[in-house]
Amino acid sequence: MPATYHLSHLRTLEAEAVQVFREVAAEFERPVLLFSGGKDSIVLLRLAEKAFRPGPFPFPVMHVDTGHNFPEALEFRDRRVSELGERLIVASVEESIRTGRVVEQTGPRASRNTLQTVTLLDAIAEHGFDAAFGGARRDEERARAKERILSFRDEFGQWEPQRQRPELWSLYNGRIRKGEHARVFPISNWTELDVWQYIAEEDLEVPSIYFAHEREVFARDGMLYAVSPFVELMDGEQPFAARVRYRTVGDMSCTGAIESDAETLQAVVAEIAATEVTERGQTRADDRATEAAMEDRKRQGYF
Amino acid sequence: MDGPPSTSGILANGNGKLAEPDGGPAADDAQAVFRRLTERPADLLRFATAGSVDDGKSTLIGRLLYDSKQVLSDQLEHVEQTSERMGHDFLDLSLLTDGLRAEREQGITIDVAYRYFATAQRRFIIADTPGHEQYTRNMVTGASTADLAIVLIDARKGVVAQSKRHAFISSLLGIPHIVVCVNKMDLVDFDEAVFDAIVEDFDTFAARLEMPDVTFIPISALHGDNVVERSEAMPWYQGPPLLYHLEHVHIASDRNLIDVRFPVQWVIRPPASSVTDYRAYAGQVAGGVMRPGDDVVVLPGGQRSTIAGIDTLDGAVEEAFPPMSVAIRLTDDIDVGRGSTIVRPHNQPTTANSFECLLCWMSEQPLSPRRRYLVKHTTRMTMLGAADVRYRIDVETLHRDETATTLGLNDLGRVHLELSSPLVFDSYRRNRVTGSLILIDEATNETVGAGVILDTEVDEAETDHAKSERSPNVRWQGTKMTRERRWQTLGHSGATVWFTGLPGAGKSTVAAAVEERLIIAGRPAFLLDGDNLRHGLNGDLGFDEVARSENVRRTAHVAKLLADSGTIALVSLVSPYAADRAAAAALHVADSLDFIEVYVNAPLELCEERDPKGLYARARAGELAGLTGVGAPYEPPPEPDLVLVAGEETVGGEVERVIELLTARGLLPGAP
Repeated sequence: MPATYHLSHLRTLEAEAVQVFREVAAEFERPVLLFSGGKDSIVLLRLAEKAFRPGPFPFPVMHVDTGHNFPEALEFRDRRVSELGERLIVASVEESIRTGRVVEQTGPRASRNTLQTVTLLDAIAEHGFDAAFGGARRDEERARAKERILSFRDEFGQWEPQRQRPELWSLYNGRIRKGEHARVFPISNWTELDVWQYIAEEDLEVPSIYFAHEREVFARDGMLYAVSPFVELMDGEQPFAARVRYRTVGDMSCTGAIESDAETLQAVVAEIAATEVTERGQTRADDRATEAAMEDRKRQGYF
Repeated sequence: MDGPPSTSGILANGNGKLAEPDGGPAADDAQAVFRRLTERPADLLRFATAGSVDDGKSTLIGRLLYDSKQVLSDQLEHVEQTSERMGHDFLDLSLLTDGLRAEREQGITIDVAYRYFATAQRRFIIADTPGHEQYTRNMVTGASTADLAIVLIDARKGVVAQSKRHAFISSLLGIPHIVVCVNKMDLVDFDEAVFDAIVEDFDTFAARLEMPDVTFIPISALHGDNVVERSEAMPWYQGPPLLYHLEHVHIASDRNLIDVRFPVQWVIRPPASSVTDYRAYAGQVAGGVMRPGDDVVVLPGGQRSTIAGIDTLDGAVEEAFPPMSVAIRLTDDIDVGRGSTIVRPHNQPTTANSFECLLCWMSEQPLSPRRRYLVKHTTRMTMLGAADVRYRIDVETLHRDETATTLGLNDLGRVHLELSSPLVFDSYRRNRVTGSLILIDEATNETVGAGVILDTEVDEAETDHAKSERSPNVRWQGTKMTRERRWQTLGHSGATVWFTGLPGAGKSTVAAAVEERLIIAGRPAFLLDGDNLRHGLNGDLGFDEVARSENVRRTAHVAKLLADSGTIALVSLVSPYAADRAAAAALHVADSLDFIEVYVNAPLELCEERDPKGLYARARAGELAGLTGVGAPYEPPPEPDLVLVAGEETVGGEVERVIELLTARGLLPGAP
């Protein structure tokens, strides 16, 4: 260690995220870590290890399964959580549809993206969780740029941007009333490039769909979607084989692939460092719906 | 002479675009880019920007991002479309930063927004805070973590009230570096005289503030002069453009690497079966450099130990420094938990339950003595007992309103806080982590206040009782019953009798006998026994020098209250240090109360032989460190009011001697 006691920006971000994990674990009664199998929540799992090993995580891991997830991501999810020896809870949108809590959209543009909000809130209520760690980052989207690291949700799970608590220094106010809960975003200050650079530095495994692979796709609205049982093709949409990878892991129905040759973590980092388009703008149909799409979904209780 | 070079080598923005210096396509292969990112790790600079829409703050940030080729195509497309829809004939770069619908609709910024960008030198986090008066709380929030603040001044308007407010808050929150950007220079014909006049004005104001490093840069955010590139229009300006300054300002020495401070957040203790007897204290280093082998003391308890190891997931480390998050193992099995602070024995912070702080009020409900507030400081939570507003500060004129009795939304003021339990703190100037706190309204759970703790030495002059008379609703309650009336009506007066001596000298025995004698005689008396107090009032204290002093201080205060009430307080306490006893005596004398020091003098051999609690045996067996007489010194009183020499007479005889003294002092009837 040099005498200047230098900590790189990535290790500074890591130290801050670990501090958030420990504060929330200490001040809340029943936290949960939301894990999708995507890159951001992969980083969350590693940060939880950094915070609590050699002890166990003081919370379970939960996935909101839309039923439209990539099989590669699900396989990875199960394996990763069992390697860690932690407990996995799966909240199922399929189940919410079956029990009539939500109504499935129909048609070629049907998506379960908005439905998972209900499943998430139901699961939080059912298990009595009072804090949910999520992998959201402020650089993702303009509404998120204004969200706190500890973000409060009322008893309906709603976010009120005008009534956010001031968040000063690293002093987090974790007081809530019964029925309310907090969303906690330990990697709020990380960028997409930070996440990939951290994954590369820590040599973390990610689902194979993040790397270039051959896939049957079709083009819609300027994006490439995977051909899957969950999406109806519209007239004129012709499937074709392409060499692609994913920048985000969401539902197969609303997550677009990008053409890429990046087969290694290093190549992915280099590609992200050179990109011309934001991650959500490039690959998420859900954020392109309206100008305030994310703000609206967050107000309703989305991640 | 040529000025510093323009900024170059911009690498990647928050979303990760790699900007080519020549604008050409990326030619690097993946490995080269990866190496460049990882082999020379960048550091992190957080800066806050303050200013209103009129000052061109959003435009400046948009310009920083745009000129450094860091706006991605979908973001730019959005700005173009929205500018057109709003009827602008120019590219409204402020649209890059206004996030929420209400802001876009009203054309204002309502909350702190965070932006990210990077150059080859540094990664940057911008806390973008609105400048309107009603959002002082957001500025305080954004500034709380900033290394640097940009204060924007409109060249046409000069230093206005709002610029002063921004400068003042930046100084209050201890931001080490301030950059004053004099914007809209294009509208004053890039006139050097205008710039110079503003610099002089600002300096005059800033001389009254604490601002270690202030830099002035003339810019035009709209046209990009001196933002990323040097301005052609202002050859008279020899300094660097803004981005160059942000890349090179020296921040490494802003951390406190001297005073070791480690607030414990969490105890790592795996289930017994997995790792044998592992126990580590997890937290983030708030100050100093910690190393295995270092002697430490755990506050507020005062237990001593040594660092056995510093662990991370990646293995043990030889040094831990701010802002690292680590887990500390100690060599001794002592009581450490969340809320403890690990420090070095010879460099200790203050442990106290009252202090002075500057408070920013953030709630529409003003500070009120009728509401209950929680105080969160490092990893400790306690209750606010009383808050005495000394004055409110007008953030524009720096005028102190000493008639103020409370603080309302966006008010800043100096307040004396009394807490229900002590905190382990430094002044904010010395350490931003151990010197800051927030107030939480217990009923609403809202964060209602943010405070920075002031240097107490500086404040002595102002903490006298007379000053606190100003806030009748929030201060220590005075009552109409005076001591004279009370004592006269009750027919007796109070005093403190302080028995000091080695453990086992017989202090408690004689003090208890005196108590019995007085009560039987119908005279209110009460025994304050050191051991008993350590079960309750002083239960959080250990046995090192600092904790013992605190033990004496608290006991002295309790005794003084009893004496004031008309009771004879009988204190039986080892109280080994002469200075502590002198302080206890001074406390009474200052309030015109009698303080009688009785030295129970027994030789160490005798005490050790008696050993009523087995303490000496344990100390000799090495089980008990720091027992007075064995492992810690005892300083006999130089001039006690009474000396009771062990073995010279019976306990009954000793009681007689004490009663005689009390009578002689006029505290018992029968005085001449």
